[in-house]
Amino acid sequence: MNIEPGLYHLLFISGALFFIGVYGFLTRRNLITILMSIELILNSVNINFIAFNKYLWPHKMDGLFFTIFIIAIAAAEAAVAIAIIINLYRSHKSIDVESAEELKY
Amino acid sequence: MNLLLLIIIPLLTAVAALLSRNKQQVRWISFAGAVAQLILSIILYCAFTKERAGGNEAEMLFEQNYALFPAWHINFHLGVDGISIAMILLTSFVVVAGVLVSWNIEKMTKEFYFLLILLSLGAYGFFISLDLFVLFFFLEIAVIPKYLLIGIWGSGKKEYSANKLALMLMGGSALVLVGILGLYFSSGHSFDLLSLSKIKIAEDTQRIVFPLLFVGFGVFTAIFPLHTWVPDGHSSAPTAGSMFLAGISMKLGGYGCLRVAAYLMPEAAHQYSNIIIILSSIAILYGAFATMMQKDLKYINAYSSVSHCGFVLLGIGMLTTTAVTGAVMQMVSHGLMTALFFAVIGMIYDRTHTRQVSEMGGLMKVMPFISTVFFIVGLCSLGLPGLSGFVAEMTIFMGSWENASAFHRIATIAACMSIVVTAVYILRAIGQVAMGPIKKNQSQLRDATWNEKLAAIILVAGIIVIGIIPGWLNDLVRPAAEIIMNKIAGK
Amino acid sequence: MPNATLIALIPLLPLAGFLLLGLFGRKYFKKSSGIIGTILLLASTVLALYTAYEYFFVYGKVAGSYQEIIAFNYTWLEFSKGVSIDMGILLDPISVMMLVVVTFVSLMVHIYSLGYMKGEERFPTYYSFLALFTFSMLGLVISSNLFQIYIFWELVGVSSFLLIGYYYNKPSAVAACKKAFIVTRFADLGFLIGILILSYSSGTLDFNTMIDTLTSSGSTQAKAAASTFLGASALTWGAALVFIGGAGKSAMFPLHIWLPDAMEGPTPVSALIHAATMVVAGVFLVARLFPVFSITTPGVLEIVGWVGAVSAIIAAIIACTQTDIKRVLAYSTMSQIGFMMFALGVSGYGGEAGLGYTASMFHLFTHAMFKALLFLGAGAVIHYVHSNDMRDMGGLRKFMPITHITFLIACLAIAGIPPFAGFFSKEEILLAAYHNNTAIYYIALFTSGLTAFYMFRLYFSIFWNKTPSPPGEGRGEAHHSEGGFSMMMPLIVLAIGAIAAGFIPFGHFVTSDGTRLESHFDLQFSILPVALGLAGIFLAMWLYLKQNERPGKLTASVYGFYKTAYNKFYIDEIYLFITKKILFNLIGRPAAWFDRNVVDGMINFTGNTTAKVSEGIKKVQSGKVQSYAIYFLLGVIGLAVLFIYAWK
Repeated sequence: MNIEPGLYHLLFISGALFFIGVYGFLTRRNLITILMSIELILNSVNINFIAFNKYLWPHKMDGLFFTIFIIAIAAAEAAVAIAIIINLYRSHKSIDVESAEELKY
Repeated sequence: MNLLLLIIIPLLTAVAALLSRNKQQVRWISFAGAVAQLILSIILYCAFTKERAGGNEAEMLFEQNYALFPAWHINFHLGVDGISIAMILLTSFVVVAGVLVSWNIEKMTKEFYFLLILLSLGAYGFFISLDLFVLFFFLEIAVIPKYLLIGIWGSGKKEYSANKLALMLMGGSALVLVGILGLYFSSGHSFDLLSLSKIKIAEDTQRIVFPLLFVGFGVFTAIFPLHTWVPDGHSSAPTAGSMFLAGISMKLGGYGCLRVAAYLMPEAAHQYSNIIIILSSIAILYGAFATMMQKDLKYINAYSSVSHCGFVLLGIGMLTTTAVTGAVMQMVSHGLMTALFFAVIGMIYDRTHTRQVSEMGGLMKVMPFISTVFFIVGLCSLGLPGLSGFVAEMTIFMGSWENASAFHRIATIAACMSIVVTAVYILRAIGQVAMGPIKKNQSQLRDATWNEKLAAIILVAGIIVIGIIPGWLNDLVRPAAEIIMNKIAGK
Repeated sequence: MPNATLIALIPLLPLAGFLLLGLFGRKYFKKSSGIIGTILLLASTVLALYTAYEYFFVYGKVAGSYQEIIAFNYTWLEFSKGVSIDMGILLDPISVMMLVVVTFVSLMVHIYSLGYMKGEERFPTYYSFLALFTFSMLGLVISSNLFQIYIFWELVGVSSFLLIGYYYNKPSAVAACKKAFIVTRFADLGFLIGILILSYSSGTLDFNTMIDTLTSSGSTQAKAAASTFLGASALTWGAALVFIGGAGKSAMFPLHIWLPDAMEGPTPVSALIHAATMVVAGVFLVARLFPVFSITTPGVLEIVGWVGAVSAIIAAIIACTQTDIKRVLAYSTMSQIGFMMFALGVSGYGGEAGLGYTASMFHLFTHAMFKALLFLGAGAVIHYVHSNDMRDMGGLRKFMPITHITFLIACLAIAGIPPFAGFFSKEEILLAAYHNNTAIYYIALFTSGLTAFYMFRLYFSIFWNKTPSPPGEGRGEAHHSEGGFSMMMPLIVLAIGAIAAGFIPFGHFVTSDGTRLESHFDLQFSILPVALGLAGIFLAMWLYLKQNERPGKLTASVYGFYKTAYNKFYIDEIYLFITKKILFNLIGRPAAWFDRNVVDGMINFTGNTTAKVSEGIKKVQSGKVQSYAIYFLLGVIGLAVLFIYAWK
């Protein structure tokens, strides 16, 4: 069986990725994992951009540019986030997200 | 006579007190300022009676008007009539006595006196302003120092009391502010008392705004059931704080109820008068009965203040000239009397270190002066002729009786009954504290010092002068009350 | 015409004494205060006597009847047109008579106290209080205005309070003075409401105008009478309430409970305030408003009569059982005031019908003499024995001859034995009662027999009965004599008064309408009361002349009744029940509880609820990134739903 992948397949994949990412973001304690979940969410967005660009406006490049921007920002964001995590580890001796709740109340 | 002096002198005194170097200086500066206020208010009284005798029939005398925010029609408008003069005299008496009684405050003396003087500034400003916005401004000035006075220099559960008092009074002033804004917008944008009094405000508006203003001011003067800040606030406040609280700021409410609420909205005053009468009769009797069961001297006086301030509202609610005159007299009388009462309680507490009635006895022997003053103030409270309480209460009774309906009759009789209950609780307190066998640990106590004596004598003099020759106060207040009543009666 | 300044000085001199001694006595007049007070009062007395002479014999009488003269009037506090509290001087026969009585008895008490209170620590205070009382009482009797009388009414109340509580470190004295003040205050509540009603009905507070308005059958009265409450007209209520005030001050049943306890004060004070002057203020008040009572509200006058009669007999019965000599005298005072009250109650207005009025005032006058004498005599005895209890006394006639004789005279006077003063006044009262109300007449007759009995029980117990222990053995050491000149002189003067006062032709001077009333004595009528009086005396003699078993047996035979009477018919207990249980526990305590828990509870509840809600809300700020993410997510979903479905 050979099925040509259409827009809906891609949207399904990106939707699945997005919710996996959200699930991971909400349930994991480890900050690194949370960061990885965020990457998943970002990538699901990327897939959406690519897919819409290809199937709806094949003669435009906007989706591709946005994807590239997002990848770049994600890289920068990861750098910053990992720096924060390292600092957090230094001060709290843990990268558990629940150990850092000084801002409560 | 420039009314601005009444604001400038306390302001200068307060600033000078802040700039002074040591405690002794602060005391003398404040004392000098307070005496200056006293002299000023007496001069004001004389100038006022002279103007009136000279045939000046204007509603307000010594008016001054400065534009403050022309865009919003806010003016700094000052002026006095007989009622204001009476209140100003009361304030100046209480201030002098309060300053003298606080002579021995050692903790943050400078700030203490600063706040006292600031409070008096607020009271003067309130009584002389004829612009509702400015009036509200001064009302707030008179509230905030109280919070600090109780919170910092108080005793017992002072944080709780300070919070409660400030929140309830702030709640009251919030209602007042809403009411004032209601008047402003329904009257074509005016804050001016005199011009508002000439406009007829729509009855629907009155029906909404009147309760806001009356209850808002009523909180200050302990309207039932919003009186509970009184016992807690008084019992935690320092002596001078209690004196100012009961002697001055409870009067702000009564004055506001009369001058702002009833005067500007006569139709609503008629409509709501029955409710006012019911609430004040309850306050009078219920306050008196609740007092009977109190064991702490300050609580006794605080609850009796609820009862006595009920007379003020009753007089206003009765809507006859005589009753309103009586209400104003009661404000003056109660102000002097209760300030003196708190001063005496403070003196006793300083010596015995207790306020529980049952822990004292026979103080007449060791403190004849303080006990004598205690007798006088107690007798004034229970309405002995020759002292001010009698004059005020009888004027209210006579005025109330002019209303012939059974409802008014019953309310008046209920109010009359309180004179018996008052006698019961006052005599219980006097009998236990001043009379009876002396307690062992109290046999070495000392009588009043010079400043305490002077404070007591000043207030006693006020009480007796009103009690023996009430004519001057009557002549001062009655014409002003008549103007208000004529407006309410629709003449 | 009267000289207002001189008359005004009568009350003002004691006032000056009060201020002088009250303010500076402790410092400057430690020793001399008694003399100062007495001299001031002597001047007052002379002025009062002069005024009385002038009024009765020079200017008072116009066209055969004594006028009511306003000698002075000052508007003290004006309420509205016509209604004002005035300070004035009203001269009429009763006020002038009272001026004399008050100043005279007060002077005697002042002199007496010089000896009796000597060496007291608060000697100047005592004299200043006495002066205050005298001032207030004089102000009361010359009042021209109903509110003026109320003002002085309260002032005499408070001076009575101060003097009863003179020994302020004695708990019983403190309790007594509080009780006296509160009970009379309760009665004053009635008085006050009565004043309000009467002033509203008549449109004035001035006595003369008020009486004219209320007694003339004009439109005002008709209007006032038309407004009724519980079936009685407003005026009836007004008069009845005013009478309640009078009944409280005059210790009429059931408001009498304060009077016996008031004996905790120094004895001269009891003589002045609680026997001769203040307690008759109620009688004076009814007499002052007599035309209103008599013409407008005769129903109330009948109540006055019955209250007086019931008080007279109850007090007399209780007096027979008491052993504290001052209490016996207190109950006897109450009984005698009952006589005055019902004499007014059975009287009519004007002419022959007004005999009761004259008799009442006459009795007031004579009673002031002999009752003050009795109290001062009792004071001398107490001073000598250092006890109030008659069981500690006996056989004192040998050691206190002057006291003995004067006391005997007073006892004979109060028992109504001719030719002493009490005989004449009591005869007139009985005569008035006989003609108007037979039931009251028989009660009065019986009571006057009882009076003779209990007074002579007292007399024999003090001066005869036991053989005394000679002085020097324990108690009498400091007192070899019965007191100095200052104590004996008033006794003698008052004894002369008690003998002579009866011969004054009172009906010539004091009558209900000012016209002359001839008193005519009917010998046959007098036989019965005098015989009853003598019987009482002989009974007392038989029981108490010598120590014997008879009194014990007698009380044992009627033990139940005796005990009830000894406990004053448990009226005190009933009051105690009402105040403690009902007033305090059923009203006061719940009110205080309600305030702390319900009213304040509501305020606190508002505060606490606000705090609790914010306590709950702040949990949202958990510090957990992931919960914030959930809120964010939920918010996005919520907004999405909103925009897609709800936002049309």
